[in-house]
Amino acid sequence: MTAPTLSSSAAPQGGARQPWGGPAAAGSGQPLVIQAKGLVKRYGQVTALDGADFELRAGEILAVIGDNGAGKSSLIKALSGATIPDEGQIFLDGQPIRFKSPIDARRAGIETVYQDLAVAPAMTIAENLFLGREILRPGFLGRVLRMMDKKKMLSESISRMNDLKVGIRSMTQAVETLSGGQRQCVAVARAAAFAQHVVIMDEPTAALGVKEGNMVLELIRRVRDKGLPVILISHNMPHVFEIADRIHIARLGKRAAVVNPKVISMSDTVAVMTGAKLAEELPAEALA
Amino acid sequence: MKAKLPPMGTLGPFIALLLACAFFATQSDRFLTLQNFSLILQQVMVVGTIAIGQTLIILTAGIDLSCGMIMALGSIVMTKMAADFGLSAPVAIALGIGATALFGLVNGLLVTKAKLPPFIVTLGTLNIAFAITQLYSGSQTITDIPEGMNWLGQSLRIGGTNVLYGVILMLVLYLVTWLALRETAPGRHIYAVGNSPEATRLTGISTDKVLLGVYVAAGVFYGIASMLSVARIGAGDPNAGQTENLDAITAVVLGGTSLFGGRGILIGTLVGALIVGVFRNGLTLMGVSSVYQILVTGILVILAVATDQMSRKGVR
Amino acid sequence: MTIRPSTLATSACAFSLLALSASLAQAQAPIVIGLITKTDSNPFFVKMKEGADAEAKKLGAKLLTASGKTDGDNAGQVTAMENMIAAGAKTILLTPSDAKAIIPAVKRARAQGVMVIALDSPTEPVSAVDGLFATDNYKAGVLIGQYAKAALGGKTPVIATLDLFPGHPVGAQRHNGFLQGYGLKSLDAKSNDLAKPPEVVCMADSFGDAAKGQTGMENCLQKNPGINVVYTINEPAAAGAYKALKAAGKEKDVVIVSVDGGCAGIKDVGAGVIAATSQQYPLRMAAMGVAAGVEYARSGKKVSGYTDTGVTLIAAKPVAGVDSKDVTTGMDLCWGNK
Repeated sequence: MTAPTLSSSAAPQGGARQPWGGPAAAGSGQPLVIQAKGLVKRYGQVTALDGADFELRAGEILAVIGDNGAGKSSLIKALSGATIPDEGQIFLDGQPIRFKSPIDARRAGIETVYQDLAVAPAMTIAENLFLGREILRPGFLGRVLRMMDKKKMLSESISRMNDLKVGIRSMTQAVETLSGGQRQCVAVARAAAFAQHVVIMDEPTAALGVKEGNMVLELIRRVRDKGLPVILISHNMPHVFEIADRIHIARLGKRAAVVNPKVISMSDTVAVMTGAKLAEELPAEALA
Repeated sequence: MKAKLPPMGTLGPFIALLLACAFFATQSDRFLTLQNFSLILQQVMVVGTIAIGQTLIILTAGIDLSCGMIMALGSIVMTKMAADFGLSAPVAIALGIGATALFGLVNGLLVTKAKLPPFIVTLGTLNIAFAITQLYSGSQTITDIPEGMNWLGQSLRIGGTNVLYGVILMLVLYLVTWLALRETAPGRHIYAVGNSPEATRLTGISTDKVLLGVYVAAGVFYGIASMLSVARIGAGDPNAGQTENLDAITAVVLGGTSLFGGRGILIGTLVGALIVGVFRNGLTLMGVSSVYQILVTGILVILAVATDQMSRKGVR
Repeated sequence: MTIRPSTLATSACAFSLLALSASLAQAQAPIVIGLITKTDSNPFFVKMKEGADAEAKKLGAKLLTASGKTDGDNAGQVTAMENMIAAGAKTILLTPSDAKAIIPAVKRARAQGVMVIALDSPTEPVSAVDGLFATDNYKAGVLIGQYAKAALGGKTPVIATLDLFPGHPVGAQRHNGFLQGYGLKSLDAKSNDLAKPPEVVCMADSFGDAAKGQTGMENCLQKNPGINVVYTINEPAAAGAYKALKAAGKEKDVVIVSVDGGCAGIKDVGAGVIAATSQQYPLRMAAMGVAAGVEYARSGKKVSGYTDTGVTLIAAKPVAGVDSKDVTTGMDLCWGNK
């Protein structure tokens, strides 16, 4: 298999599982990839983010959950460059950053898989994978005439998908011929292929059946195992508990708590999410 | 169960063209000759070139109702400037194409910056272009044109028949544009914008730049078409282009390009234009009134759109 | 009771002033005439408007103009008529796009005391309007038919006709008149159908347009390369036909005849593109219409019936037995940009 030409992860491989102590949350003790402090975002009278903090560690899958209006989508938009926070700071690998648009975030190596997937249905898998980042032919043909190297893009697509063990037979199939779960895999694979630091996923298993949902979860694990930390927004608590290394609970525009799914119960998590319980009331090992 | 057809692409229109040719060959022994085909090609030369620009626009899920009028404007600008200021043919032609490209730019800006639907925008510019053409020409045909403007109407002898230089130019344009759409990144972006503007935007492609480029390029093609029109009739006719407006769209639709954007092959448009030309030529050879040609075109358009719909329903 | 002399004098003055101003006002109220053409873009109608304008200025009348959007746009003409009558027009000059569909609007106008005169194209029935000032299109066809026959010598005619489009009375009259003038089996002036005697080997529709005329001629030549006479509905179609013939190398062997008499067309006669054309006079039609409108407003006298505005055969080479005028005369009388 050719060395990955597209993604190189700065973070070490694998989700670290500490061999000592109890089932510690994977990622704890790992360096911070993203850190945000005191993010504030107002939309007119509404304060979506009210001094929110955030931390993403290398090699982990961090789920972000919260009720409607808790500020999780505003938080994600700030991290992916879709909105600019009014106050607060964001650090990527320790360096302060300021994203003015999603393109800036992408250039910094943060890829986002949107809820509506952002794939062009009539185009093939290979074409979608490289949309906007087409590999051009060398020399004059590529630089001036901007002719594409279709063979190379096809072989790259095949190897990338094989890397992630996505079982779709033909890269020249139109995306619209795929099932919902397969399409999701294409979108995830595209993000994983180009991300250098972080992959953000917005409701990846929503609208998928059980089997397809599991297929996507498997893929997300493989993405993490290749060394890319993943931020996952989801309403699906069973999926969150199945896949996340840590869970960031957002409430009222702030970070209510970060919990360890191996220790805390689902009902307690929901309680913190709705405000029925406070973080202080949780046992120490439930936090992460 | 709904009717399911395999994706037909350009195969369907091509088969329709072959069937039409086969039919007319049985009706008149003068149909199936090289000379007749050369004739049909030169009769669809102007519409065919306009339709290249129209195809680009329809691929982005837009439409241009002003194409024929912009072409007429171009032909008046180039002939009147040459007649009034004694300009040489190349200079006057360049000015004409510049005028049509400018109109294309206006269309593009209204669609991208003012975010108006292309149907409405071009409905407006269609009337504006028509009025400017009539006012500038005083509604008179300009016959006093420099010799250089006629050369595309001259012909080359190939295989025992005369082929117009203009026809060769049109075919070359089709080939080049087809390659650009298939093989270059900007070409692919045009398809992407038509298929899913949101997805395209989210991958970092500037959809505005793509659309502006498409409308300006279409304007250039309309300018080239106006040059071909002048060469064909030997004059600048302010009333040209009125039927070409819808004929260009018909050619694109008959050729299998989807009006919803993102799907279609450019060569299909040439096939679509040829289908219309073949029917007109064939019916005249048969002595049938031109009204039937219009009737047949209408039926074909509906068949083409229906086939496109059915073949896509076979795909999820 | 006695009326004081001063009161009498003052009232007399007042009354006479009033009467004077009333009659002055009436004399100064402009006569409003409306002209509705088929389209705005056909040079024929552009010239008609200019003729009407000039005559209106000369006679001190006010001219309102309007047109349909395209050939056949009846609704646009109806709306224009209603608006003009509301604006005070007492006479409407009209080139009807649709000879039958315009009748109800014409009837309504006449019921309101408005005089309606058709120009150039008749309505159906012709009696629906007060008067018709038009070219005798049948006669125009006959003249060029006679010329074509004489020009061909004794040769067997192989004829192509480039017509307008099916169903139009002017197209039918010129076509059938041409065949009649040629001495072939034809239809009479009232028919809307196109006659097709065996000598006519090809009929194509040109819609009066050069490019379509060229396409039609090309296809006809393909069908029968032996065509030696081409009748065309108007001079742009003739120009298109000539291009097609020239490309086939046949321009010297074919006699092209046409109708219209526009300056561009007369130039083509001089250049040998068109052998002969029947010249018609749109300016005269318009001027006569305006004059009739002014007369009606002043004296209440209406026009009636059909007035032939004249047609002249213009040819570069005269032929025996057919009266024609030369190109110089044609240029003097032509309409359009010289």
